[in-house]
Amino acid sequence: MAEEVKLFGMWASPFSRRIEVALKMKGIQYEYIEEDLSNKSPSLLNYNPVHKKVPVLLHKGKPVAESLVILEYIDETWKQNPILPADPYEKAMARFWAKFLDEKLWPAAKKVVLSKGEEHKGLIEEIQEHLKTLESELKEKKFFGGESLGFVDIAANIIFWLLVVQETLGLDILTEDKFPGLHEWNHRLLDDAVFKECVSMERLLASFKVRFGALTASK
Amino acid sequence: MVGVKLFRTWSSPFALRAVWALKIKGIDYETIFEDLSNKSPSLLQYNPVYKKVPVLVHNGKPIAESLIILEYIDETWKHAPLLPEDPHERATARFWAKFGDDKVLTSIWSVFIKQGKEQEEAMVPALENLKFLEEELKGKKFFGGETIGFVDLALGWLGNLISILEEIVGLKVVDGEKFPLLSAWMQDFADAPIIKDNWPPRDRMIVKFQALRDATIAAAAAAAAAATSK
Repeated sequence: MAEEVKLFGMWASPFSRRIEVALKMKGIQYEYIEEDLSNKSPSLLNYNPVHKKVPVLLHKGKPVAESLVILEYIDETWKQNPILPADPYEKAMARFWAKFLDEKLWPAAKKVVLSKGEEHKGLIEEIQEHLKTLESELKEKKFFGGESLGFVDIAANIIFWLLVVQETLGLDILTEDKFPGLHEWNHRLLDDAVFKECVSMERLLASFKVRFGALTASK
Repeated sequence: MVGVKLFRTWSSPFALRAVWALKIKGIDYETIFEDLSNKSPSLLQYNPVYKKVPVLVHNGKPIAESLIILEYIDETWKHAPLLPEDPHERATARFWAKFGDDKVLTSIWSVFIKQGKEQEEAMVPALENLKFLEEELKGKKFFGGETIGFVDLALGWLGNLISILEEIVGLKVVDGEKFPLLSAWMQDFADAPIIKDNWPPRDRMIVKFQALRDATIAAAAAAAAAATSK
């Protein structure tokens, strides 16, 4: 089939979920292949030999890897419901914030789970610094993309993973009083018809509790 | 405020990407050289999040992060395109540029700032990453094909930094026999018009990077000593 679209993904990966949001927002039919990351399929290894990771989008037999690269590919290939702004400057800003989320917020959020003592405190402070930056970028806007959900909102789905970590470990990182804007934004996103199909908060919480819940005792 | 300004340092390989792109497209711009030990109020105002170079300011509006600057330049001045038109080819170019920064640069830097056994071990992923680049060059003169493109500019730092780092650590990283295509590309890129006129002075680079390596090794040793004495 000429237009065949396949997505190799994993339900608990925010990077994979980003692609599902984009495909659904644009009403693109696709086949979803759930990968077991402890036993990666030969297809995945064939389509992403460099990183061997999800997500990978396959379109007309050609693979695209790296979630933000895939989002841009989707936006350039299917032009309805644009994810990125048309203006080059606005586009540059969107790319800047998505990169910030992936390079600053995500690594700190990942590390905080397994950290202890001084390092742990330092990471929480660091995460809150990044959240402050995001809070001021969001300002009075409904979404990072303005009136409608866009590239940065999709990339900011990692904030949901931070909330799961927060709840699992009993931490106060992203709180309503410190980050009222992000708190509101969070609710708006979870209310969005497309978005809420693409994040499984309860399943993530259950899974994180099993994997990391025991760590709260050692803090 | 009209016009184009580029905040850079004399040595930053990331800022050099923007220099190359602007010159390839023949765009007039003003250069502001920064002293990173004493950042200008302008730089801090234009890039409050990272406080780094390069920053491109166009009509008073700042853009930070070198690959994002390249895309902005390409989308704003459409002649002499850096990225291909086809979406899949564009995605592939973005993929390799990201691979260059996320993997190639970090793994080679790791080799550079280490010594002894640690350095030997760091060579393994560095060489694996370079092999992917070697593969990607098959059948092509440049990563962009017949002419220099986005990926060439993104990986262009290999054109001067590799030999500088190799000289400092006394190790061959991009061996001409193991990486014939990459070695040829490094030479072709370094000697290309515009590129060849904009390399920072090699002797100054050697002094700078030697000092950087020494300082990094000293800091790592101090941290290790502090950790064991707890």
